[in-house]
Amino acid sequence: MIHILAFYLFASLTILSAVLVIMARNPVHSVLWLILAFFNAAGLMVLVGAEFIAALLVIVYVGAVAVLFLFVVMMLDIDFAELRAGFVKNFPLGMLIALVLVAELVMGIGAYQAGAIELGTPDGSAAPRLGESNIENIGALLYGRYLFLFETAGIILLVAMIGAIVLTHRQRKDTRPQVISRQVARRPDEATVNVKPEVGQGVKL
Amino acid sequence: MIGPSSIGIEHYVVVSSILFVLGVLGIFLNRKNVIVILMAIELILLAVNLNLVAFSAFLGDLTGQVFAMFVLTVAAGEAAIGLAILVIYFRGRGTIAVDDVNRMKG
Repeated sequence: MIHILAFYLFASLTILSAVLVIMARNPVHSVLWLILAFFNAAGLMVLVGAEFIAALLVIVYVGAVAVLFLFVVMMLDIDFAELRAGFVKNFPLGMLIALVLVAELVMGIGAYQAGAIELGTPDGSAAPRLGESNIENIGALLYGRYLFLFETAGIILLVAMIGAIVLTHRQRKDTRPQVISRQVARRPDEATVNVKPEVGQGVKL
Repeated sequence: MIGPSSIGIEHYVVVSSILFVLGVLGIFLNRKNVIVILMAIELILLAVNLNLVAFSAFLGDLTGQVFAMFVLTVAAGEAAIGLAILVIYFRGRGTIAVDDVNRMKG
Protein backbone atom coordinates (compact mmCIF):
# COMPACT_ATOMS: atom_id res chain seq x y z
CA MET A 1 0.00 0.00 0.00
CA ILE A 2 2.74 2.42 0.95
CA HIS A 3 4.54 1.43 -2.27
CA ILE A 4 1.58 2.43 -4.40
CA LEU A 5 1.20 5.69 -2.52
CA ALA A 6 4.90 6.51 -2.87
CA PHE A 7 4.88 5.62 -6.55
CA TYR A 8 2.01 7.96 -7.32
CA LEU A 9 3.57 10.71 -5.19
CA PHE A 10 6.95 10.48 -6.92
CA ALA A 11 5.46 10.03 -10.38
CA SER A 12 3.09 12.98 -10.11
CA LEU A 13 5.79 15.23 -8.66
CA THR A 14 8.22 14.21 -11.42
CA ILE A 15 5.73 15.02 -14.16
CA LEU A 16 4.60 18.24 -12.49
CA SER A 17 8.13 19.52 -12.11
CA ALA A 18 8.97 18.47 -15.69
CA VAL A 19 6.02 20.58 -16.87
CA LEU A 20 7.31 23.50 -14.84
CA VAL A 21 10.83 23.06 -16.26
CA ILE A 22 9.59 23.79 -19.75
CA MET A 23 6.98 26.35 -18.70
CA ALA A 24 8.82 28.50 -16.16
CA ARG A 25 9.50 32.09 -17.19
CA ASN A 26 12.82 32.31 -15.39
CA PRO A 27 15.51 29.76 -16.39
CA VAL A 28 16.81 29.76 -12.82
CA HIS A 29 13.42 28.45 -11.73
CA SER A 30 13.63 25.94 -14.58
CA VAL A 31 16.89 24.59 -13.20
CA LEU A 32 15.41 24.32 -9.71
CA TRP A 33 12.37 22.43 -11.05
CA LEU A 34 14.78 20.18 -12.97
CA ILE A 35 16.50 19.37 -9.69
CA LEU A 36 13.14 18.48 -8.14
CA ALA A 37 12.34 16.28 -11.14
CA PHE A 38 15.65 14.46 -10.71
CA PHE A 39 15.05 13.91 -7.02
CA ASN A 40 11.63 12.42 -7.64
CA ALA A 41 12.90 10.24 -10.46
CA ALA A 42 15.55 9.00 -8.04
CA GLY A 43 12.72 8.19 -5.65
CA LEU A 44 11.01 6.17 -8.37
CA MET A 45 14.24 4.26 -8.95
CA VAL A 46 14.62 3.53 -5.25
CA LEU A 47 11.08 2.14 -5.24
CA VAL A 48 12.00 -0.35 -7.92
CA GLY A 49 15.13 -1.47 -6.09
CA ALA A 50 17.82 0.37 -8.06
CA GLU A 51 19.29 2.36 -5.23
CA PHE A 52 22.74 2.73 -6.81
CA ILE A 53 21.44 4.42 -9.95
CA ALA A 54 19.22 6.60 -7.77
CA ALA A 55 22.19 7.74 -5.70
CA LEU A 56 24.16 8.32 -8.89
CA LEU A 57 21.33 10.38 -10.31
CA VAL A 58 21.29 12.61 -7.27
CA ILE A 59 25.08 12.93 -7.10
CA VAL A 60 25.81 13.39 -10.80
CA TYR A 61 22.74 15.29 -11.92
CA VAL A 62 21.87 17.39 -8.91
CA GLY A 63 25.43 17.76 -7.72
CA ALA A 64 27.17 18.43 -11.01
CA VAL A 65 24.97 18.97 -14.03
CA ALA A 66 22.24 21.07 -12.43
CA VAL A 67 24.81 23.21 -10.62
CA LEU A 68 26.63 23.68 -13.95
CA PHE A 69 23.35 24.82 -15.49
CA LEU A 70 22.77 27.17 -12.59
CA PHE A 71 26.25 28.66 -12.99
CA VAL A 72 25.80 29.24 -16.71
CA VAL A 73 22.32 30.69 -16.32
CA MET A 74 23.50 33.11 -13.69
CA MET A 75 26.80 33.94 -15.42
CA LEU A 76 25.35 34.97 -18.76
CA ASP A 77 23.61 38.31 -18.82
CA ILE A 78 20.63 37.53 -20.99
CA ASP A 79 17.29 39.20 -21.56
CA PHE A 80 15.11 36.17 -21.04
CA ALA A 81 11.85 37.96 -21.79
CA GLU A 82 12.99 38.46 -25.36
CA LEU A 83 13.83 34.79 -25.71
CA ARG A 84 10.29 33.80 -24.79
CA ALA A 85 8.78 35.78 -27.64
CA GLY A 86 8.05 32.76 -29.83
CA PHE A 87 6.45 30.76 -27.01
CA VAL A 88 2.82 31.50 -27.87
CA LYS A 89 3.46 31.14 -31.58
CA ASN A 90 5.05 27.71 -31.14
CA PHE A 91 2.45 26.49 -28.66
CA PRO A 92 -0.17 24.96 -31.06
CA LEU A 93 2.35 23.08 -33.19
CA GLY A 94 4.23 21.87 -30.11
CA MET A 95 1.04 20.65 -28.45
CA LEU A 96 -0.04 18.90 -31.64
CA ILE A 97 3.25 17.03 -31.92
CA ALA A 98 3.23 16.21 -28.21
CA LEU A 99 -0.32 14.83 -28.49
CA VAL A 100 0.65 12.69 -31.47
CA LEU A 101 3.65 11.35 -29.54
CA VAL A 102 1.58 10.64 -26.43
CA ALA A 103 -1.05 8.87 -28.52
CA GLU A 104 1.56 6.69 -30.14
CA LEU A 105 3.19 5.81 -26.85
CA VAL A 106 -0.16 5.06 -25.18
CA MET A 107 -1.10 2.86 -28.11
CA GLY A 108 2.18 1.03 -27.74
CA ILE A 109 1.63 0.48 -24.03
CA GLY A 110 -1.95 -0.57 -24.65
CA ALA A 111 -0.79 -3.08 -27.23
CA TYR A 112 1.68 -4.44 -24.72
CA GLN A 113 -1.04 -4.74 -22.07
CA ALA A 114 -3.30 -6.53 -24.49
CA GLY A 115 -0.66 -9.18 -24.85
CA ALA A 116 0.28 -8.42 -28.43
CA ILE A 117 3.96 -8.00 -27.65
CA GLU A 118 5.93 -10.59 -25.77
CA LEU A 119 8.73 -9.20 -23.70
CA GLY A 120 11.81 -11.33 -23.50
CA THR A 121 12.31 -13.11 -20.25
CA PRO A 122 15.73 -12.88 -18.65
CA ASP A 123 17.87 -15.93 -18.67
CA GLY A 124 19.60 -16.76 -15.44
CA SER A 125 23.06 -15.97 -16.78
CA ALA A 126 22.31 -12.30 -17.32
CA ALA A 127 22.67 -11.12 -13.74
CA PRO A 128 25.35 -12.66 -11.59
CA ARG A 129 23.96 -13.14 -8.12
CA LEU A 130 26.86 -12.39 -5.84
CA GLY A 131 25.30 -10.69 -2.90
CA GLU A 132 21.89 -9.34 -2.27
CA SER A 133 22.89 -5.71 -2.59
CA ASN A 134 22.29 -3.78 -5.76
CA ILE A 135 25.68 -2.07 -5.70
CA GLU A 136 27.55 -5.36 -5.37
CA ASN A 137 25.77 -6.83 -8.37
CA ILE A 138 26.27 -3.73 -10.49
CA GLY A 139 29.92 -3.61 -9.54
CA ALA A 140 30.43 -7.22 -10.55
CA LEU A 141 28.76 -6.59 -13.88
CA LEU A 142 30.47 -3.26 -14.50
CA TYR A 143 34.00 -4.36 -13.68
CA GLY A 144 33.51 -7.76 -15.25
CA ARG A 145 31.60 -8.08 -18.46
CA TYR A 146 31.32 -4.36 -19.18
CA LEU A 147 34.87 -3.39 -18.21
CA PHE A 148 35.79 -2.02 -21.63
CA LEU A 149 32.55 -0.07 -21.90
CA PHE A 150 33.26 1.31 -18.44
CA GLU A 151 36.70 2.48 -19.54
CA THR A 152 35.17 3.95 -22.67
CA ALA A 153 32.81 5.92 -20.45
CA GLY A 154 35.83 7.23 -18.59
CA ILE A 155 37.43 8.29 -21.88
CA ILE A 156 34.20 10.02 -22.90
CA LEU A 157 34.24 11.97 -19.66
CA LEU A 158 37.90 12.88 -20.17
CA VAL A 159 37.22 14.09 -23.71
CA ALA A 160 34.24 16.09 -22.48
CA MET A 161 36.32 17.69 -19.76
CA ILE A 162 39.21 18.58 -22.08
CA GLY A 163 36.78 19.81 -24.71
CA ALA A 164 34.96 22.07 -22.28
CA ILE A 165 38.23 23.51 -21.01
CA VAL A 166 39.64 24.04 -24.51
CA LEU A 167 36.43 25.66 -25.68
CA THR A 168 36.05 28.11 -22.84
CA HIS A 169 39.69 28.89 -22.08
CA ARG A 170 41.03 32.17 -23.39
CA GLN A 171 44.26 34.05 -22.94
CA ARG A 172 43.41 37.40 -21.43
CA LYS A 173 45.62 40.38 -22.14
CA ASP A 174 45.21 42.07 -18.77
CA THR A 175 46.43 39.24 -16.60
CA ARG A 176 50.06 38.64 -15.68
CA PRO A 177 50.45 34.91 -15.28
CA GLN A 178 53.40 33.22 -13.70
CA VAL A 179 56.03 32.06 -16.26
CA ILE A 180 57.90 29.35 -14.47
CA SER A 181 60.63 28.89 -17.10
CA ARG A 182 61.59 32.55 -16.87
CA GLN A 183 61.68 32.34 -13.09
CA VAL A 184 63.89 29.27 -13.19
CA ALA A 185 66.21 30.76 -15.81
CA ARG A 186 66.91 33.81 -13.69
CA ARG A 187 70.51 34.11 -12.40
CA PRO A 188 71.70 36.33 -9.55
CA ASP A 189 74.10 38.35 -11.69
CA GLU A 190 71.41 39.40 -14.13
CA ALA A 191 68.72 39.77 -11.54
CA THR A 192 70.52 42.42 -9.45
CA VAL A 193 72.09 45.62 -10.71
CA ASN A 194 74.59 47.85 -8.92
CA VAL A 195 73.83 51.54 -9.51
CA LYS A 196 75.45 54.64 -8.18
CA PRO A 197 73.04 57.52 -8.78
CA GLU A 198 74.11 61.14 -8.81
CA VAL A 199 72.87 63.37 -6.06
CA GLY A 200 69.45 64.72 -6.88
CA GLN A 201 68.73 62.21 -9.64
CA GLY A 202 66.54 59.17 -9.47
CA VAL A 203 67.25 55.60 -10.29
CA LYS A 204 65.96 54.28 -13.60
CA LEU A 205 64.67 50.78 -13.30
CA MET B 1 11.05 -4.44 -4.75
CA ILE B 2 7.52 -4.11 -5.97
CA GLY B 3 5.67 -7.24 -6.79
CA PRO B 4 3.61 -7.65 -9.91
CA SER B 5 0.38 -7.24 -7.99
CA SER B 6 0.75 -3.56 -7.14
CA ILE B 7 2.70 -1.33 -9.52
CA GLY B 8 3.55 -2.88 -12.86
CA ILE B 9 6.02 -2.07 -15.56
CA GLU B 10 3.23 -0.26 -17.40
CA HIS B 11 3.08 2.42 -14.72
CA TYR B 12 6.77 3.12 -15.09
CA VAL B 13 6.58 3.11 -18.88
CA VAL B 14 3.69 5.59 -18.75
CA VAL B 15 5.61 7.93 -16.45
CA SER B 16 8.75 7.79 -18.56
CA SER B 17 6.85 8.27 -21.81
CA ILE B 18 5.11 11.33 -20.36
CA LEU B 19 8.53 12.66 -19.31
CA PHE B 20 9.89 12.02 -22.79
CA VAL B 21 7.02 13.83 -24.46
CA LEU B 22 7.44 16.74 -22.06
CA GLY B 23 11.08 16.98 -23.08
CA VAL B 24 10.17 17.03 -26.78
CA LEU B 25 7.47 19.61 -26.09
CA GLY B 26 10.01 21.72 -24.22
CA ILE B 27 12.27 21.76 -27.27
CA PHE B 28 9.35 22.88 -29.41
CA LEU B 29 8.09 25.55 -27.05
CA ASN B 30 11.41 27.16 -26.15
CA ARG B 31 12.85 27.30 -29.63
CA LYS B 32 14.94 30.38 -28.86
CA ASN B 33 16.37 29.60 -25.45
CA VAL B 34 19.23 27.13 -25.74
CA ILE B 35 19.50 26.66 -21.99
CA VAL B 36 15.94 25.41 -21.70
CA ILE B 37 16.47 23.24 -24.78
CA LEU B 38 19.45 21.62 -23.03
CA MET B 39 17.32 21.09 -19.93
CA ALA B 40 14.62 19.49 -22.08
CA ILE B 41 17.26 17.13 -23.49
CA GLU B 42 18.18 16.26 -19.90
CA LEU B 43 14.50 15.46 -19.27
CA ILE B 44 14.46 13.15 -22.30
CA LEU B 45 17.58 11.36 -21.07
CA LEU B 46 16.00 11.06 -17.62
CA ALA B 47 13.00 9.39 -19.22
CA VAL B 48 15.32 6.97 -21.02
CA ASN B 49 17.11 6.20 -17.74
CA LEU B 50 13.83 5.62 -15.93
CA ASN B 51 12.75 3.25 -18.67
CA LEU B 52 16.02 1.32 -18.58
CA VAL B 53 15.99 1.02 -14.80
CA ALA B 54 12.33 -0.01 -14.65
CA PHE B 55 12.75 -2.70 -17.30
CA SER B 56 15.96 -3.93 -15.67
CA ALA B 57 14.20 -4.24 -12.32
CA PHE B 58 11.07 -5.90 -13.62
CA LEU B 59 12.93 -8.32 -15.87
CA GLY B 60 15.53 -9.13 -13.23
CA ASP B 61 18.41 -8.22 -15.53
CA LEU B 62 20.97 -5.77 -14.20
CA THR B 63 22.33 -4.86 -17.63
CA GLY B 64 19.73 -2.14 -17.92
CA GLN B 65 21.08 -0.40 -14.85
CA VAL B 66 24.63 -0.60 -16.19
CA PHE B 67 23.47 1.02 -19.41
CA ALA B 68 21.58 3.66 -17.44
CA MET B 69 24.96 4.51 -15.94
CA PHE B 70 26.48 4.89 -19.39
CA VAL B 71 23.57 7.10 -20.46
CA LEU B 72 24.23 9.18 -17.35
CA THR B 73 27.90 9.52 -18.32
CA VAL B 74 27.12 10.62 -21.85
CA ALA B 75 24.48 13.04 -20.57
CA ALA B 76 26.97 14.65 -18.22
CA GLY B 77 29.54 15.03 -21.01
CA GLU B 78 26.91 16.41 -23.34
CA ALA B 79 25.79 18.98 -20.80
CA ALA B 80 29.38 20.11 -20.17
CA ILE B 81 30.21 20.46 -23.89
CA GLY B 82 26.86 22.08 -24.67
CA LEU B 83 27.21 24.66 -21.94
CA ALA B 84 30.81 25.38 -23.00
CA ILE B 85 29.66 25.99 -26.57
CA LEU B 86 26.90 28.19 -25.17
CA VAL B 87 29.39 30.25 -23.18
CA ILE B 88 31.71 30.89 -26.15
CA TYR B 89 28.71 31.62 -28.36
CA PHE B 90 27.49 34.18 -25.85
CA ARG B 91 30.98 35.68 -25.66
CA GLY B 92 31.05 36.22 -29.40
CA ARG B 93 27.48 37.33 -30.02
CA GLY B 94 26.18 38.71 -26.76
CA THR B 95 22.97 36.68 -27.05
CA ILE B 96 21.97 33.05 -26.99
CA ALA B 97 18.97 33.26 -29.33
CA VAL B 98 19.30 30.21 -31.55
CA ASP B 99 16.99 31.58 -34.21
CA ASP B 100 19.81 33.51 -35.83
CA VAL B 101 22.42 30.78 -35.66
CA ASN B 102 23.01 30.53 -39.39
CA ARG B 103 26.68 31.31 -39.68
CA MET B 104 27.47 27.83 -40.94
CA LYS B 105 24.72 27.87 -43.55
CA GLY B 106 26.26 27.27 -46.96
